[in-house]
Amino acid sequence: MNHNQELGAAGEELAAVYLTGAGYTVLERNWRCNIGELDIVAETDGQVVGVEVKTRSSLGFGHPAEAVNPQKLRRLSRLVRQWCVTHRRNPHTVRVDVLAILMAPGREPSIEHLIGVDS
Amino acid sequence: MSLARTLGIGLTGLNGQLIEVEADVGNGIPAFILLGLPDAALNESRERIRSAARNSGIPLPNRRLTVNLTPATLHKRGSGFDLAILLAALAADRSITPAPGVVYVAELGLDGSLRPISGVLPAVMAAVRDGYPNVVVAAQNQSEAELVAGASVRSYAHLSQVLADCGANPLELQYRARHDSPARTTAGWSATRSPALDLSEVVGQTQGRYALEVAAVGGHHLLFTGPPGAGKTMLAQRLPGLLPDLDDAQALETTAVHSLAAGGRPITSLLRRPPFESPHHSASMVALIGGGSGVPRPGAASRAHRGVLFLDEARIRQTPFNVSTVEKT
Repeated sequence: MNHNQELGAAGEELAAVYLTGAGYTVLERNWRCNIGELDIVAETDGQVVGVEVKTRSSLGFGHPAEAVNPQKLRRLSRLVRQWCVTHRRNPHTVRVDVLAILMAPGREPSIEHLIGVDS
Repeated sequence: MSLARTLGIGLTGLNGQLIEVEADVGNGIPAFILLGLPDAALNESRERIRSAARNSGIPLPNRRLTVNLTPATLHKRGSGFDLAILLAALAADRSITPAPGVVYVAELGLDGSLRPISGVLPAVMAAVRDGYPNVVVAAQNQSEAELVAGASVRSYAHLSQVLADCGANPLELQYRARHDSPARTTAGWSATRSPALDLSEVVGQTQGRYALEVAAVGGHHLLFTGPPGAGKTMLAQRLPGLLPDLDDAQALETTAVHSLAAGGRPITSLLRRPPFESPHHSASMVALIGGGSGVPRPGAASRAHRGVLFLDEARIRQTPFNVSTVEKT
């Protein structure tokens, strides 16, 4: 694992803890299919939420959430619906969230939760 | 998530219209969306605003920022909305609370400095006419904005000063001033005009002088014909000296035209003497009557508003003006 992969994995770990603390149920992590990968699939109030976790160690290359471009966003919504189809859930009430995590060395990580970015 | 509003002025020629700048910070991927028919200069204001905000110490929110300029159907041009957009965006983020009812007319530099724009005079006139006399402009535009009677003008040199007055946390603010910005010419634009010539300098020419006096009193058009050296040009150049000073309303109108034509040069006083325009005989149609792509810029005829338009060598002019003559508009 290189540095970025380690950072990403640490960020996803942190994200799962954060989501659980915020009242979400984490259903699956790193779910893969032929069109891509979902970092976290969670559920809250009966709604399936696909969560994209973006972790960075500094703002030198921009805010983490800026890396989610419209193309990636479309793929994410397709992925969540795909997940619902495979797991026999209703694919019409899904939503996509982005967790932007900043893990600067020697500082408390900061988490920004962008809710419903696909609407 | 949250919404804020500020006011700006959009100019179409000389007519200013009050523009409401609405900003909404929503949940979503960071983006900056500018609505309301902006032109290229206005679309670029997004980048200026982002840098100016960061360099003043309060960066824009990393959220989906939607800015709408209403009325949405009116074409908006130029960079004069920069400050209004930025303040609306930061207010929507709850970083600052700008005073309501203030009109902001200024361009922003990347370092956060407030830059002057052209056409401040007609913009402030429009604001006062619409009942919003509190106007904020760039420091270099202050003297021009203050020419409007009834306007209460505040001017700032840097964005951080504006933000401090809008209730931003002073500890967060940064002031990065430009040190080597080229100084704008402070020589008043009126100083570039030659002093009016006087009819008393003319010896003889009784008929010609009489014709000039009649034209000046009655506001008539005047055509001089004659052989070269007969004194046609000399006489015509002395017509403005006969005309009375402009009254307040006329002076404001005339100065507003010249504010647009000055292209950002500072205007420090009202134009009190009737202007005299003497376009070259090879001047193009656009140079004479105004025009240009997108933003109409006043031509010689407009600049001669309330003054004298002097068309020398009328017979060899190539434009449809070639039947026109010395004209007092």
